[in-house]
Amino acid sequence: MPSISRDEVAHLARLARLAVTDDELDLFAGQLDTILNAVAQVGEVSQQDVPPTSHAVPLTNVFREDVVRPCLTQQQALSGAPAAEEGRFRVPRILGEEQ
Amino acid sequence: MSELIRLSAADLADKIHKREVSSVEVTQAHLDRIAEVDGAVHAFLHVNTEGALAAAAKVDERIAVGEVASPLAGVPLALKDVLTTVDEPTTVGSKILENWLPPYDATVTARLRAAGVVILGKTNMDEFAMGSSTENSAYGPTRNPWDLERIPGGSGGGSSASLAAFEAPLAIGTDTGGSIRQPGAVTGTVGVKPTYGTVSRYGLVAFSSSLDQAGPCTRTVLDAALLHEVIAGYDPMDSTSINAPVRPVVEAARQGATGDLKGVRVGVVKEFRGEGYQQGVIDSFDAAVRQLRELGAEVVEVSCPHFKYALGAYYLIAPSEASSNLARFDAMRYGLRVGDGEGLSAEQVMSLTREAGFGPEVKRRIILGTYALSAGYYDAYYGSAQKVRTLISRDFAAAFEQVDVLVAPTTPTTAFKIGERIDDPLAMYLNDLCTIPANMAGNGAMSVPCGLAADTGLPVGLQVMAPALADERMYRVAAAYEVARDAAQGGPLINRVPELEAIPR
Repeated sequence: MPSISRDEVAHLARLARLAVTDDELDLFAGQLDTILNAVAQVGEVSQQDVPPTSHAVPLTNVFREDVVRPCLTQQQALSGAPAAEEGRFRVPRILGEEQ
Repeated sequence: MSELIRLSAADLADKIHKREVSSVEVTQAHLDRIAEVDGAVHAFLHVNTEGALAAAAKVDERIAVGEVASPLAGVPLALKDVLTTVDEPTTVGSKILENWLPPYDATVTARLRAAGVVILGKTNMDEFAMGSSTENSAYGPTRNPWDLERIPGGSGGGSSASLAAFEAPLAIGTDTGGSIRQPGAVTGTVGVKPTYGTVSRYGLVAFSSSLDQAGPCTRTVLDAALLHEVIAGYDPMDSTSINAPVRPVVEAARQGATGDLKGVRVGVVKEFRGEGYQQGVIDSFDAAVRQLRELGAEVVEVSCPHFKYALGAYYLIAPSEASSNLARFDAMRYGLRVGDGEGLSAEQVMSLTREAGFGPEVKRRIILGTYALSAGYYDAYYGSAQKVRTLISRDFAAAFEQVDVLVAPTTPTTAFKIGERIDDPLAMYLNDLCTIPANMAGNGAMSVPCGLAADTGLPVGLQVMAPALADERMYRVAAAYEVARDAAQGGPLINRVPELEAIPR
């Protein structure tokens, strides 16, 4: 029977870049445990020798002709940016103070 | 109320093309209806009054010189807010994309415009299409026109409610685990999930890429077929698009409407009844199966033993893909940014933005997906779920060796009350029990209204499933059933929606 701890949920939230609150951790840990228990029944087939399906329609090597096509202008690409400067996306600093 | 809003899309198109009424008049009638009742229904997140009237005027000009762009030219439509539009915000029901104006049109949007279909506005949905009730929308729930206390289904509850409220004769939905079919079932409307890969996903904000499929939502089977042929077709901008001609679904719907199903073999999925199924739903479904038999269909019971694993596999695969897809909401290139200019690092800004911009169900699924994909759990969860997918496809393949289409109830229950299941994610997930198998295998499936449940007086959906790339089969069966149902029930079910009280938007 799977079980997911509050600490594990906190770790997963960090990996997923979600600054969750303590209240959310309490709530999600319980709910995720219930959900995992319900979905774990897929494990009943794990020993069966069947190939996995990743996609309903198996398509491989989808190529297109290497030709220039219209694309977004710089202005369009930046139109939804939370912050732009000198025709570029302006982002917060990447490194922390101690790095 | 204008009588125009009660007409089917096919009838409206006919009148517009014969110039008995203009597209502008038809569009205005629907805009008036939205203004009158959407305060109560809340099907729309955005209404594009000026854009719609301008598009309609353009269609009228073209028709005046004898140019009819498509069989649906001039007919208005409600577009689910998950498909991008350059002239209207696209929010996906999320605060993280509040007021986002996309720089490009989705292929579905572009095809609608090219066909002269008039886009009225964008419809409400569960955030990122995660949900079965629209209660997960960051902008408040949509209400079911049959009973405003109840949910209109989800995630495409705005689209289904707009049809049942006569705010639009056509709508577009997207179906990842049932988000077109379940809203159709609980609002007494038609909802079609075409075969995966036959309608382009370009410009469809991704939830679970291997499952997401856009499709038509309407009040009649023929209207769905007409809309299906407008939006379907190969698109090089979607790498999973199938390069094959669009199936003849309109012809099949017209053939079905003659009411003859002789020689058609229909399989009843025996696993879809029993515990958890409302008696009124089962009774309506059984009555529909009897009608199919009376239409000449040969009905047999079929077993699909692995369908019972579908729900579990879905709630591993869809969150896994979502956790990856939603990583793009990083507060850098578009959408919300929280904590900028406070000396915080990009990673901190990202985490604060995602915390503020995503609602609880989206966070739950991102965490669940991150878990299922993490080292040590991958084989047990994601790997097994992918095996289930194969087993479900094999069940379908075996069934379709015996029968032409499969039928089942679309949902185990009729519409529940707003708030009733919101605190219990698992109870909410059970809505998708009967719809998920077709997403896992990729084949087409649709819901057609089959009456009101005797125990709740609310609409029930009959689900018809066809083999992949044979969508015309389900249209034929659904159209034949629709004619028989209307004859037996004294007219279309949708005419029995209660009158809505005017509550302006």
